[in-house]
Amino acid sequence: MLAGATEQNLNHMIHPSLSTRDLTIRFGGHTAVNAVTCDFRPGELTVIVGPNGAGKTTYFNMISGQLTPTSGSVEKDGVDLTRMSASQIARHGVGRAFQLTNLFPQLSVLENIRLAVQAQAGDGRRFFTPVAKLSELTARAERYLEATKLSDKAELPAAALAHGDQRKLEVALLMAMEPDIYMFDEPTAGMSLDHAPDVLDLIAEIKHDHSKTVLLVEHKMDVVRALADRIIVLHNGELIADGDPGEVMSSQVVKDVYLGNAGEMA
Amino acid sequence: MNRTLSVKIIALTIWGLLLFSPFLFQDVRQVEVAARICVFIVLVASYDLLIGYTGIVSFAHTMFFGLGAYGVAIAMKQGDNTWGYWIVGALAGVLVAAVLAVLIGLLSLRVKAIFFAMITLAAASVALVLASQLSSFTGGEDGMTYSSPDIFKPATKLLTDDEGKVARIAGVRMNGKIAAYYFVFFTSAVMFWVMLRIVGSPLGTVLKAIRENEARAEGIGYRVVAYRTAVFVIAATTAALAGAVYAAWLKYTGPDTTLSFAIMIDILLMVVIGGMGTMWGAAIGATLMVLAQYYLRDLMEVASDATSAIPLLPELLSPDRWLLWLGIIFILLVYFFPAGIAGTIIRGRAK
Repeated sequence: MLAGATEQNLNHMIHPSLSTRDLTIRFGGHTAVNAVTCDFRPGELTVIVGPNGAGKTTYFNMISGQLTPTSGSVEKDGVDLTRMSASQIARHGVGRAFQLTNLFPQLSVLENIRLAVQAQAGDGRRFFTPVAKLSELTARAERYLEATKLSDKAELPAAALAHGDQRKLEVALLMAMEPDIYMFDEPTAGMSLDHAPDVLDLIAEIKHDHSKTVLLVEHKMDVVRALADRIIVLHNGELIADGDPGEVMSSQVVKDVYLGNAGEMA
Repeated sequence: MNRTLSVKIIALTIWGLLLFSPFLFQDVRQVEVAARICVFIVLVASYDLLIGYTGIVSFAHTMFFGLGAYGVAIAMKQGDNTWGYWIVGALAGVLVAAVLAVLIGLLSLRVKAIFFAMITLAAASVALVLASQLSSFTGGEDGMTYSSPDIFKPATKLLTDDEGKVARIAGVRMNGKIAAYYFVFFTSAVMFWVMLRIVGSPLGTVLKAIRENEARAEGIGYRVVAYRTAVFVIAATTAALAGAVYAAWLKYTGPDTTLSFAIMIDILLMVVIGGMGTMWGAAIGATLMVLAQYYLRDLMEVASDATSAIPLLPELLSPDRWLLWLGIIFILLVYFFPAGIAGTIIRGRAK
């Protein structure tokens, strides 16, 4: 009890690495995300839940720069990211994996990962050195191949991979960016039961590196329970609950909106 | 892997034949064809950087080619036929090409591909009109003739024998024509090699990534507009350099040899025939197309004569119908090699 309280206090003392202030976006008359203010701290894995259309992916898109917010701000380690392009935000250490598979289909699995590695290493502008001579790049890419158990498929084009492997490659791309902030958007969506644990283990590993901040959009309750340090709930674009997983999942407001009064969450 | 190797072997064989073509093909016209192939390989390869690797559709490639050629032509016409003027003209052409490419790139590579294509088309049209209207400067529709540097003149003796006459190696006179051909060959080969290095470098992978999934390339941290502009400038300056080289070889520059849309279409066909995004395919596409343009009529003349006893066939094979047959050959090539010759060999015939 005492230890838990101390840990929580410490957690709150750590400076947030990523914050959104009144983050809002409107499409015509529709407010997709409405004034979401939230801090994310290093070493903490926050799961974002909410019914379909709650604005979870839109919230992600504003943080990682795919969408520009109507108002409000995104800040990382004191740097304002709000108006930056997606590539600038990526270079500031915010990495994003996508819900729908979003790869370079005709390039090999190894090339896909190497692209993320060389973006991180700032090697994309090297225009005269053959890739084969930059063994450091390839070695680093191969480490992520191994971590995601894709080594034997390194030379296949990404398009030829099975869905589960494409999801893994998506995670490998994010890891290869070596960001400070990891954003996963339903990383196990459409994955078979025997593949999903691989991806979840990888996320758990990232979480154990206490310097990293992890944001995860997820529907599967067993995944949420296994990984979450904290849950925030979005509903109709608004943040309606934020806190300790047990607390949030048992709260009445969450049961009402998220399950539509359908009953027990557990 | 073996398939890529066989494409490389075909392309290197072409380069090998080009290296020895003054000795293998001693006719003036044949050397003319060989020089044209060299220049067009570079032109097509630089266009492949855009359309094949990065997915940029531009119709301004002949404009950049023309800028290099006109730079040299104007400098050597107004000035003298020395290397100094060639260098000044080539540099001016390359510089103007680079500046124009940066402007077009930064202003319009943010827009959708189709609009970008239209903008390049407009720029190329303006260049064509300007070249024909500013006739006091550019020679208008007639173009310009000028002398090439002295070392390229047929009277120049590169090697002399004991009696002070032009020496022959393997029966070929070592005169200025040889120097001119090898100038074209080696500058083209170096430019092609540089482009091979580019596509094999980390930058080359980024270009392919932009072609495959622009948004994700941006998402992992690449400034797509900057990369596109950079490759557009690389392709434009390479085309301009190729134009400068070709101008020195032809000793004539006019709209029909450099700026016309007919050449733009030739480049497009060569890229498609060779295989987009393969680089080596440029050598195959350019060679086949130039050979067809120069020799298909001769071939048909022979075929027409040979079949003169048979009704209808000589009519069909009449040299006047060479464009029809070129079209048929093109359709067959696209049918049997949907990804171009190099592309289809590399990817295999499957599907």
